[in-house]
Amino acid sequence: MRLTLHIAWYTIRDLTRNRWGLLYACFFAVVTIGLFHLQAQSAKVVVSLMSVCLFLIPLVSSLFGTIYLYNSREFIELVLTQPVSRRTVFFGMFTGLAAALVAGFSLGVGVPSVIFGSWSTAHFLSSSLLILVGAILTVIFLALAFLLALRFDDRGKGLAAALGVWLFAALLYDGLVLLGAMAFADYPLEFPLLFASMANPIDLARVILLTHTDWAALMGYTGAVFQRFFGTTLGLAIASLSLAAWAAVPLMFGLRTFRTKDF
Amino acid sequence: MIEITALHKRFGRFVALHEINLSIERGKITGIIGPNGSGKSTLLKSLLGLVTPTSGRITIDGYLLDSSCDYRTRLGYVPQVARFPQELTGAEVLATVKGLRATAPTREQELIRLFELESEMPKRVRAMSGGTRQKLSMLLAGMYDPPLLICDEPTAGLDPVANTRLKAHLLSLREQSRTVVVTTHIMSDLDEIADNVVVLLEGRVRFSGAVRDLKLRTEEPHLEAAVARLLEKGAA
Repeated sequence: MRLTLHIAWYTIRDLTRNRWGLLYACFFAVVTIGLFHLQAQSAKVVVSLMSVCLFLIPLVSSLFGTIYLYNSREFIELVLTQPVSRRTVFFGMFTGLAAALVAGFSLGVGVPSVIFGSWSTAHFLSSSLLILVGAILTVIFLALAFLLALRFDDRGKGLAAALGVWLFAALLYDGLVLLGAMAFADYPLEFPLLFASMANPIDLARVILLTHTDWAALMGYTGAVFQRFFGTTLGLAIASLSLAAWAAVPLMFGLRTFRTKDF
Repeated sequence: MIEITALHKRFGRFVALHEINLSIERGKITGIIGPNGSGKSTLLKSLLGLVTPTSGRITIDGYLLDSSCDYRTRLGYVPQVARFPQELTGAEVLATVKGLRATAPTREQELIRLFELESEMPKRVRAMSGGTRQKLSMLLAGMYDPPLLICDEPTAGLDPVANTRLKAHLLSLREQSRTVVVTTHIMSDLDEIADNVVVLLEGRVRFSGAVRDLKLRTEEPHLEAAVARLLEKGAA
């Protein structure tokens, strides 16, 4: 554990001085401040921020994770020639990268939310939930990025695969679900859609955020079904487990690939 | 002593090493040479545990290389391309590696002075020249005074002064009974320092023995010409 944290610490130091890491935090800060100036209600700001976060966090995590792993290949080789296990190196780099990205996003969104947001429990809870869900999405897409960068030795293929996964999860999946919903419009679709949303981490994150704000009411009957399911402790537990599985499964496959990979 | 027995490595359909048998003497400088794609890097990376052999076994001083990482306390590695996290300083790169070991380095200051790295350590890696990064690599590999030093093109990018110092350093390691394994394309460098040489061709050992034996066998006075003669015979 000490060695994992040691590698994570130096990964964080490297990334926090990286201008792209700083740009990431500044971008969220500028967007959050801008939204607070445009919208009077804090709740509306959180929902607008949610759309930006659900779109950008998976994209940045996928690309940053893939590029960082390709760029660090020689250094990984050097560290692997030290008396340290591959498992330690893998989790050390992953933890460091995830911590740096989560810190950048959390500070970018959190600090302006505290300064410009309303001092209410509801705003505090919705902002905290947004940061928590954003952190989980970072971990999930970083795990997918690690897996893809380790599977593909060719940098171009790895980046294309990471972009492809993001494109599918962020855009295409919803289109396919919509097409399915239109094709089977005569059937009761609330529960199939409930499960369809759990098969995509971005949709799952969106549903969790929406059902824990007042905006679920705007989604009509489906929104009510979703809220009835995800709004309960059991529903939230199932959703949390699904998100945890979305992070754990690619991470485990990534670790397995890393342990047997020829560098 | 490094003993390599029936070492075979396949990448998909490409066979990089064909059932290699090899002994590398302790306390000597051994050069591994061969054309591009001959299996030099795969052989070195197998010694380092970066590549898992398809079959065969490697022992270093009697220690069988397996998935365990403990034996790496006994080796240092100078990679061909010295790339470190760009935003860390030289001192931080050093601290990263030092933190991975339980003991303190014994030759850190000596090597910093030897490679004149004192003024470079506070600089960020992105501000260092290729030669300085290579020197930093040498420092990282040698500061624990390992019994086995593995160098992949160590003189690449070094200025003449650093090149001369590096060769003198490798020769001094031999005097201290350290084993050095070097790959390089610069035959004149190897001619100056190597005791033994392993010539690889298409994943097979074409020659393994003393440099002087190779010169005698090919009737060539210089290593470069001797290797060229050997490879021409192999191709014929």
